[in-house]
Amino acid sequence: MRSLVAFPVLTLAVIIQSAIVSRISLLAGYADLTLVIVIAWSLQDDVTTAWHWAFVAGALTSFITALPWAIPFTAFLAAVFFSMTLQKRIWQAPLIALFSVTFLASLFSHLLSFVYLNVTGASIPFNDAFSLVALPSMLLNLLIAIPVFWLMRDLARWIYPIEEEEE
Amino acid sequence: MKDLLSRSLQTTIVILVVGGIIALALGGYFGSASNWFSSLLVDTQTWFSTRYVAIQDFFAAPRDVNSLRQRNAELESEAAALRAQVIELSERASQVDTLAALVNYSRVNPESSYIAADVIGRDPSPFLHYVIINRGSNDGILRGMPVVTDQGLVGRVDAVIADAARIQLITDPSAVINVHLQNSDIEAVLSGSVTGDLTLSLIPQDVTIEEGDLVLTSGLGGGFPTDLPIGQVTNIRKREADLFQQASVQPVVDFSRLTIVLIITNFRPVDIEPLIPTLTP
Repeated sequence: MRSLVAFPVLTLAVIIQSAIVSRISLLAGYADLTLVIVIAWSLQDDVTTAWHWAFVAGALTSFITALPWAIPFTAFLAAVFFSMTLQKRIWQAPLIALFSVTFLASLFSHLLSFVYLNVTGASIPFNDAFSLVALPSMLLNLLIAIPVFWLMRDLARWIYPIEEEEE
Repeated sequence: MKDLLSRSLQTTIVILVVGGIIALALGGYFGSASNWFSSLLVDTQTWFSTRYVAIQDFFAAPRDVNSLRQRNAELESEAAALRAQVIELSERASQVDTLAALVNYSRVNPESSYIAADVIGRDPSPFLHYVIINRGSNDGILRGMPVVTDQGLVGRVDAVIADAARIQLITDPSAVINVHLQNSDIEAVLSGSVTGDLTLSLIPQDVTIEEGDLVLTSGLGGGFPTDLPIGQVTNIRKREADLFQQASVQPVVDFSRLTIVLIITNFRPVDIEPLIPTLTP
């Protein structure tokens, strides 16, 4: 049942991403709200459904994006992988983990898109892709990461109240 | 008889006294006395009035504060509703302007049939320049149909579902369009970029192009109708070592403010892929 929460939350996130966040650009980049939500969710203690969220986010994003479905799926799954890996190492500093994972996952997601588009014939200069798209997007992702993290923490406490009381 | 004489005398005396007082008053002899009296009256009345109002305020004020607060809340609510109405109406006015321009465009170009659609979203990836519209296959939209505004070419339909479609903008890095320049009638290729800039390439070195030349669709390849405006040449890069010239193009459509678009429904794109020769082993 807890995995089902992913559907309304991520559907809303994808809608907001497409309708609002994608219109607020810095240079040629903009934030990826869905990615940041998946990262913030996977970094919460007690959360055991992070992989499910990655799958749902990948499915919903691939439904509206022009990129092939494998790219959003890979990007979200990689984000959860980075979260799990870093959370075990720096579990005492969730904010450092949040920023590190957001940075790494954003970079990886943009790198995937960049490689795919260049392989399929779109000529995108690396400098433009990095300085005008990837860097501004990463900055915006880092900016929205903290409020999203607190929202996800409240959501996690609401969904996992018993585990929290047991602690 | 005596009584009658006495009453007449009294009446006469009263009339004479009153008449004398009036005559003295009219003559200005009672000025100071009149002032003093009126002043006393006014002061007394003021004192009473002030005390009455103070007592009235004491009893009535709390009720008035409450009613004023209530009234204030009502007015604030009404003002907020009116502000929202103003925003909505200005939004509608803007939409009406846009629709009027689109209707005018469809009148000027009667050879095509159009369906108007709202832009409801953009692609989540910043590398791609795609928008999502609220019309789909239920409205007769098909993949490949050209999309325009009253200003010029926007892109083409890339994917369709029942009630929505995804449009690839001409600024997308993967978008390539065959174009010609209006004045010089030169064929060239227009391509988008990740930053949304448009570049004109494959322009032969021996032809002369000028800034301000209008770029139109050529119709080659069968992807778009001919002579749809795209933009104007702004910056020409011509180097002797290169095979072709390049130029930047300023699009006529403002892609950052794209809200309503027209889909040309009676144009069927031609799939020329089967005609492209392939290497056989």
